Amino acid sequence: MYKTNYHRASSVDEAASLIAGADDGKLISGGQTLIPTMKQRLAAPSDLVDLRHIADLKGISVAGSTVTIGAATTHADVADSAEIRSACPALADLASHIGDPHVRNMGTIGGSVANNDPAADYPAAMLALNATIHTNSREISADDFFVSLFETALNDGEIITAISFDAPDKAAYQKFPNPASRYAMTGVFVAGGAGGVRVAVTGAGSDGVFRAGDMEAALASNFSAAALDGISVDPSDLLSDLHGSSEYRANLVKVMARRAVDAAA
Amino acid sequence: MGVEGIGASVARKEDKRFITGKGRYTDDMVVPGMKHAYFARSPHAHARIKGIDKTEALDVDGVIDVLDGKQLTEDGIGNLICGWMIHSKDGSPMNMGVWRPLAEDTVRYVGDAVAIVVAETRAQARAGAEALAVDYEELPAVTESVKALEEGAPQIHPEAANNLIFDWEIGDSTATDAALESAAHVTEMNIVNNRLVPNAMEPRAALGLYNAAEDHYTCWTTSQNPHVARLVMSAFYNVAPENKLRVIAPDVGGGFGSKIYIYPEEIVCLWASKRTGVPVKWVADRTESFLCDAHGRDHVSTIRIGFDSDHRITALKVDTLANLGAYMSLFSSSVPTYLYATLLSGQYNIANIHANIRTVYTNTAPVDAYRGAGRPEASYLLERTMETAARELGVSPAELRRKNFITEFPHQTPVIMAYDGGDFGASLDAAMQAADYDGFAARKAESEARGKLRGIGMSCYIEACGIAPSQAVGALGAGVGLWESAEVRVNAVGTIEVLTGSHSHGQGHETTFAQLVAERLGVGVDTVNIVHGDTDKVQMGMGTYGSRSGAVGMSAISVALDKVEAKAKKIAAHLLEADEADIVIEGGELKVAGTDKALPWFQLALAAYTAHNLPEGMEPGLKESAFFDPTNFSFPAGCHICEVEVDPDTGVTEITQFVAADDFGTIINPMIVDGQVHGGVAQGIGQALLEGCAYDADTGQLVTASYMDYTMPRADDLPSFNVTTTKTESPSNPLGLKGCGEAGAIGSPPAVINAITDAIGNNDLAMPATPQTVWSAIQR
Repeated sequence: MYKTNYHRASSVDEAASLIAGADDGKLISGGQTLIPTMKQRLAAPSDLVDLRHIADLKGISVAGSTVTIGAATTHADVADSAEIRSACPALADLASHIGDPHVRNMGTIGGSVANNDPAADYPAAMLALNATIHTNSREISADDFFVSLFETALNDGEIITAISFDAPDKAAYQKFPNPASRYAMTGVFVAGGAGGVRVAVTGAGSDGVFRAGDMEAALASNFSAAALDGISVDPSDLLSDLHGSSEYRANLVKVMARRAVDAAA
Repeated sequence: MGVEGIGASVARKEDKRFITGKGRYTDDMVVPGMKHAYFARSPHAHARIKGIDKTEALDVDGVIDVLDGKQLTEDGIGNLICGWMIHSKDGSPMNMGVWRPLAEDTVRYVGDAVAIVVAETRAQARAGAEALAVDYEELPAVTESVKALEEGAPQIHPEAANNLIFDWEIGDSTATDAALESAAHVTEMNIVNNRLVPNAMEPRAALGLYNAAEDHYTCWTTSQNPHVARLVMSAFYNVAPENKLRVIAPDVGGGFGSKIYIYPEEIVCLWASKRTGVPVKWVADRTESFLCDAHGRDHVSTIRIGFDSDHRITALKVDTLANLGAYMSLFSSSVPTYLYATLLSGQYNIANIHANIRTVYTNTAPVDAYRGAGRPEASYLLERTMETAARELGVSPAELRRKNFITEFPHQTPVIMAYDGGDFGASLDAAMQAADYDGFAARKAESEARGKLRGIGMSCYIEACGIAPSQAVGALGAGVGLWESAEVRVNAVGTIEVLTGSHSHGQGHETTFAQLVAERLGVGVDTVNIVHGDTDKVQMGMGTYGSRSGAVGMSAISVALDKVEAKAKKIAAHLLEADEADIVIEGGELKVAGTDKALPWFQLALAAYTAHNLPEGMEPGLKESAFFDPTNFSFPAGCHICEVEVDPDTGVTEITQFVAADDFGTIINPMIVDGQVHGGVAQGIGQALLEGCAYDADTGQLVTASYMDYTMPRADDLPSFNVTTTKTESPSNPLGLKGCGEAGAIGSPPAVINAITDAIGNNDLAMPATPQTVWSAIQR
């Protein structure tokens, strides 16, 4: 790791001014991707502005059907939250299977969403739950937020403060882990509620997380695994690597979607 | 057996320090004035070095010096060598290219060391290495053995035309061809044995210390054989004469073969210590381990096996291409020849065998012995083929094997090995019973009802351990003898130090070797210390690899104990006024048989050292040494059965049970042997299901250079193992030991793959059988 300056912000405003004043700064909120990247000398920010200790960014609340999770809430806290387990058990289950205990106790939902790793779990949940990403300057819908691989709608220095969504009637996430890294090689989050059925796929798309429109349409009229039988997934839009060809991933999208529907139903 | 003697599952003495973080590894060694090194390595698979500009590197804060290959050559440091000479079938010696510890003109794989940067801190040394300006002219690269032999392939070493190192054969080609021609059935297969990265938990490390006042070097290093390291560094690399070079291999965290070899880094650290005047420490990071530790396996083979109308094997013909990487590592030539082709007879009576082996250079990391070393390649080839033949012939895989088992010993195979004992039917029976083989059909039906594919596969392996005798291996080209030494020092108050040339890097020698002493002298294991891993303490030794420490190393201790006992009995007879022949040693006492006269062991030891009253003419003291050279290899053998359930939707394989029934001869500590089998099987399952080292064929970059892409077995990938043993004692050593360190990795891969191919009904399946690979095979 190259030398860097570490700043622990105590408020969002302080963080915003620190990052604005940094030469080549990076926001860090758990650092479970950023720190290993820095250790490998593949990233060398001049400054790190740590959001993880800002009290306003932590915590989970459920008001009516609206679930709000502070951006600096760890995966472990989401996994263990009684409110989340009650309002959206699929999300607690997803959080409980991210990385390993070290990752879950350091990594945060805001950090994961902002990083938009194509193999991360949370982006699929955000997209399928039609979540809203709250920042220090605006609100962004998940549909607009996730742009491409490691790319989001966030502006430079813009800080995620929370995510919120309406608790779904039914939801489930099924992940097929990469055998080596155990990141999602294909993960499918299915959610059904007042706004209809949404299906989001992570780990497989060559442009990052995406919604499976055909599946959503099929499930809207018949929420059952059998409804997905006739649907074909086009491999040409999918990632291909040592561990999974695009054809294999196309198969996994269908298999994981079926299993998610079964689990949600 | 006593409570701590042979056959007792004594808790490992060494584990307290290992599990409480008190082990002492090379990286824990700190000496005054010590500085840190980082190696500048080639980012290219193949390139010419046009120039090195050190200016910027030397300007980096803390950098003390930057040393390159030209300086190494000026100082007369020798080439790295391969210590086992193989001659091609035309009689010509193997075509060994030059391997410089620091590349001078050409780099030949990604990770090839170009320069060493010595600095105050490791981070500064790394910064210096990054600032080093090496002007490379990139050359085309080739990573696959088949392509390296093709017309127009990049030429890697001028000494090896067309990248061919040797073209070697064993057995009678004509007779084998004729027998295949007249066979009633021939099974033919094309089989690849995947390349593996060893992944010891402790990365390699070296600390070189040059003492100018005494013109003496000390090297702490992660070695499985410190004496061989000293020998080779003295005799071939011109580092220093043996009496001026001390090599210490302290606690070593796993080796699996990869720490046998003498690598560039330890040589360069010693040399750099003299050049810079400071002690120099280098510790590999995990990426360097992936790039530069000697890899394992990487064979491409065809095999043909012929049967008569009664399903008896009449002939076996094998053609293998072995990838040895960019340079010939220390024992690389022996692995695909004498450690591989000599085991192709397996457990079977085969009259005609012929194997042709070609080895090639490629622009990849050097390939050498890795847990099993040649025997896993042989058993995978043979046991997949036997299973396939049984399916083609429509007979039970177990019965086809049983029909062809060797049942009379000694048995001379057509490929050098003379098996001296075994009971292959016994281990097959034991495994089938433990696996409830007969109940498989019901379990398969139950899986089918859940939409899952269940399969069962077996493997009947034999291997050769305790490579020996020295005279025989010398005749086959080995540059060293393969005996072992031991010294038993009884202290004046009766506690005991055993000095051994074996080296423990996880095997538990400090416990098992002490158990042998406990068995023989009736003393507690806590009164026995095992001393190893230091050339200043142990006179000479050949180290630990090839499952040899029991069969060869403990045998040497046993012979030294014979001498200690003989002298002790003489002293006891003298003191107890009895006949020497009547003295027995038991329960920590020397007793006169049939009487109540006895002398406690500590009093006997004291008497030997006070020397007040010894037999006429006897020297004082009680210390004996021995060199043991076995009469033959030992031949562990056994049967592994694997049962799997495959998810046809995803291709995921779950191992529902794994049975190992092994014949290791005498067992000293059953718990440690079980642990060795568990570890070996875990590595074998790793090879079969998970681990595959991949280079980019065009650029020669290592694609699987981290755990993000290289799949190491995790606990949840593995079943609970069902391990049992059968026993026929080895006649080639006094303890009847056969060796257990590698069997798990040798026997398991074919059992796993045979089970999966049985489950999915497609035999076209390569290792590692990842979910994608299995799913694709199901689709075909």
